[in-house]
Amino acid sequence: MSEVAPLSFQDLILTLHDYWGKQGCIILQPYDMRVGAGTFHPATTLRALGPDSWNAAYVQPSRRPTDGRYGENPNRLQHYYQYQVIMKPSPANLQELYLGSLDAIGIDPLKHDIRFVEDDWESPTLGAWGLGWEVWCDGMEVTQFTYFQQMGGFDCKPVAGELTYGLERLAMYIQGVDSVYDLKFNDHGVTYGDVFHKNEVEFSTYNFEVADTAALFDGFAKAEAECQRCIAASIPLAAYDQAIEASHLFNLLQARGVISVQERASYMGRVRDLAKGSCQAWMEKNGWTE
Amino acid sequence: MADFLLELLSEEIPARMQVKAKEDLARLFNEALAKAGLAAQSVETFATPRRLALIAKGLPLATEAVSEETKGPKVGAPPQAMEGFLRKTGLTQDQLVERDGIYFAVVEKPGRNTADVLGDAIPAIIRAFPWPKSQRWGAASISTESLRWVRPLQGIIALLGNDIVPCAIDGIESGRHSMGHRFHSRGPIEIANADAYVEALRAAHVIVHFSERCTLIRDGAKAAAEAAGLVLVDDEGLVAENAGLTEWPVPMLGRFDPAFLEVPQEVIQLTARVNQKYFVCQTPHPLAGGAGDGSSSEAALPSPNPSRKREGDLANAFVCTANIVANDGGAAIVAGNEKVLAARLSDAKFFWEQDLKVPLDEQAKKLAQITFHEKLGTVADKVERVAKLARWLVEEGVVKGANADEAERAARLCKADLVTGMVGEFPELQGIMGGYYARAQGESNAVADAVRDHYKPVGQGDDVPTAPVTVAVSLADKLDTLLSFFDIKEFPTGSKDPFALRRASIAIIRLIINNNLKLHTDAPIEFWLGQSDPKAQLSDHDMERRGLLTIVQDFLADRLAVQQREAGIRHDFVSASSDWLGRGDGRLDRIVIRAEALRGFVTTDEGANLLAGYKRAANILKQSGDDKNNRHPELVSGSYSADGENTKMLKQVQHDGLSDVEIVLKSALDTAEPKAAAAVDTEDFEGAMAVLASLRAPIDAFFDAVMINDPDPSIRAFRLGLLARFRDAVHRVADFSKIEG
Repeated sequence: MSEVAPLSFQDLILTLHDYWGKQGCIILQPYDMRVGAGTFHPATTLRALGPDSWNAAYVQPSRRPTDGRYGENPNRLQHYYQYQVIMKPSPANLQELYLGSLDAIGIDPLKHDIRFVEDDWESPTLGAWGLGWEVWCDGMEVTQFTYFQQMGGFDCKPVAGELTYGLERLAMYIQGVDSVYDLKFNDHGVTYGDVFHKNEVEFSTYNFEVADTAALFDGFAKAEAECQRCIAASIPLAAYDQAIEASHLFNLLQARGVISVQERASYMGRVRDLAKGSCQAWMEKNGWTE
Repeated sequence: MADFLLELLSEEIPARMQVKAKEDLARLFNEALAKAGLAAQSVETFATPRRLALIAKGLPLATEAVSEETKGPKVGAPPQAMEGFLRKTGLTQDQLVERDGIYFAVVEKPGRNTADVLGDAIPAIIRAFPWPKSQRWGAASISTESLRWVRPLQGIIALLGNDIVPCAIDGIESGRHSMGHRFHSRGPIEIANADAYVEALRAAHVIVHFSERCTLIRDGAKAAAEAAGLVLVDDEGLVAENAGLTEWPVPMLGRFDPAFLEVPQEVIQLTARVNQKYFVCQTPHPLAGGAGDGSSSEAALPSPNPSRKREGDLANAFVCTANIVANDGGAAIVAGNEKVLAARLSDAKFFWEQDLKVPLDEQAKKLAQITFHEKLGTVADKVERVAKLARWLVEEGVVKGANADEAERAARLCKADLVTGMVGEFPELQGIMGGYYARAQGESNAVADAVRDHYKPVGQGDDVPTAPVTVAVSLADKLDTLLSFFDIKEFPTGSKDPFALRRASIAIIRLIINNNLKLHTDAPIEFWLGQSDPKAQLSDHDMERRGLLTIVQDFLADRLAVQQREAGIRHDFVSASSDWLGRGDGRLDRIVIRAEALRGFVTTDEGANLLAGYKRAANILKQSGDDKNNRHPELVSGSYSADGENTKMLKQVQHDGLSDVEIVLKSALDTAEPKAAAAVDTEDFEGAMAVLASLRAPIDAFFDAVMINDPDPSIRAFRLGLLARFRDAVHRVADFSKIEG
């Protein structure tokens, strides 16, 4: 394809929305809770379960408290965006569909070296795993490509294909900038730094220094109890919200450095139990358990 | 005869699995052919990221008709036997053939078309394929019984001669269409037959031979480095990995900011290799290619950094392997890869600079936060034990030539790098980073080298440390690991060895043997237990823990036998050398030198004959009621060789007339016994065996000339006495009864 001006950050998102919308995906909005990755959105976690067909795409803001660098590192952020596509059952031409999306955002596969490099995915907190690749563009990982095999401890029947694009990274690549803060957010002079630099500084301070650890521990225990109550009441969607909440509070506690190595495994186990319990309730409520 | 082509097209197969997959495909295919009574003249396999393929040449077009005959009951056998046989064969009695009074069932099996055999075999091979990990996909995965493959399987080519072998699996039907390169080729590629396969795909930018891609990468990467005036650092693992990631490999050279070369080269190399699959380059060595004896002038130069004395300096360049011939000549690809590596190296440089700000002593304090094992305390506790033991090994003279303060210092710093940012990011660099940080903060070379190398030897092929301080720290670390886990009754069982105690044992053995350490295992264990004082009163609990002395010694002796066997020393030589003064020998070095002396001795004529003489003597003695396996030879031989008794018998026999051979053997024994004993006392086993060799001629002559079982009981007793002396003399040097053959 011919050289055109590279896409701005927001046009990158709009182009992907347009592309995946045309492939039959419903274009969802971000989930309104703090999560560590796009996979946590119930549109992926819960919808990956069960026999029904499901095709969706959305942007998900992702929070990784320990990755905060007070806005000083050009590549590391405690808050960033993932573009998530889920298609169930996985279409036979999912790889071609994906490559079509790279073409749509201006990556020429005869100029850039696109590769599918083995990367098996596992989320201990979701009781989930899958096989797939990290997709490389000139040696840089731009997408995680996974065929889900299990979610919440249940076999995926049928298997869903999941694509997770790291939007900032991809945009930096397309725009040829070395710092995330220099990304053009739009074509009218607004940069990513203009929008988010203050957030990075403030939230790094909060995550590492200010967050009240007693309140976080308390919040974790309350979310855990609330999740169990919702599971007992057979309202899995509400239960799952509390599992997400507990997971995020655990991440914050990690960033505050108050969870020892031994405790870490135990907390992860508790989050996993909540996520699995929610998935189990979801399966039961839909009549999918044997 | 016809040639057969099988191609299994799929989404990208992990690079690390392709070579094994080729072997598995050939094996399963040959097994399937053999089962049908077929064989190919040759079978060749291919693997690329997107396909696994096989060409079998010279297959017969059909299997041969065979007539299978099964032997049945005799004529007149009980009816039950006949009924059983008929049931088994599915025949009636009149269909059986009678020959020589026996019934036979004859089943004619007609030949089968090879195409039919293959049509059945292909789906079976696919279903049975042993991928390390496999997955389900697509609509069919609504059932967990759906087909599994390493990644989604997309197509099957099966051609016998020019014809498709029809078969299908989970909705995928065999055909003759493949796919070429993902980006350089469009649409399906039609394959006429096996002969056309390789070239048809080459025309579609796919090199199907794994080895050809390896060669392209190896040579191309070297050429790219040379064109830049540099030398490629060879790495066959990377060659194979890149061959598994490309169908049309194109090596290209990129650069990085020379400022990153401040970071230790191991870090740069590891980042480039593990994260990015890049080769690294060196500047040509100033002496390489020069005339004359480059090696001796190199040795004369002081090396600025002992850890990299044999290598040229790393250059600020790398070679990546692309999978396309880019339409801009590769500029964008090189620029992109340079950017990725720069980001990774700036992370590494950040860790390096941060780590250098914190002295290792400060880092070591953080080890008190890391649990070593729930029953064994923290890593800091372990470091404390290792420091004491390392010091003890030097002060007791076990490890010679080391300074005890340095050994203790190195031990106290050796685990500190575990809490550094760099080792957190690259765990493989444990030890290596500690060595750099120790040197940077002004520790002596001996200490820094010990910190760097104290994990060695890691595996069977790894170098064994020889620097005294390093030997002390490494040995102390591994002894502490072994003793600590054995003390809490964590023993390796079967295939389970979660704390790698077998590996630690092998490392202990190699450290002792390679450095010729005269260390009896009892001593460090007593020190470790705090039971070195022989006069101390031991509680019941102390006594129970003291069991470690035997447990550890036995375990090490076992591992030693395995390790020596792998090193080519026969296990019977080791077991013949394993006892010392009636107990298992805790001096591993002594077991080995003894076993080696035995190996040398038994392969000489003298040794082989002496061994034969020994076995003969031992047999005769055994038949006469004297058990040779008694481990205390002085007790059993007493009845024959106790001086008074022996002399009395001798007089008696002399009176009757002592034969020449008896006189010769007796005097040979009189000379050899003290000499051999003296040599054994000084652990000169070769010398002791040379002394034994002097007994060979006398014992041979003795056996030739006399009959042991003389009717006269006193003569018989005397001769048995001589044999017992001979056997015992040999036995004191090594337990020849354990030697096989």
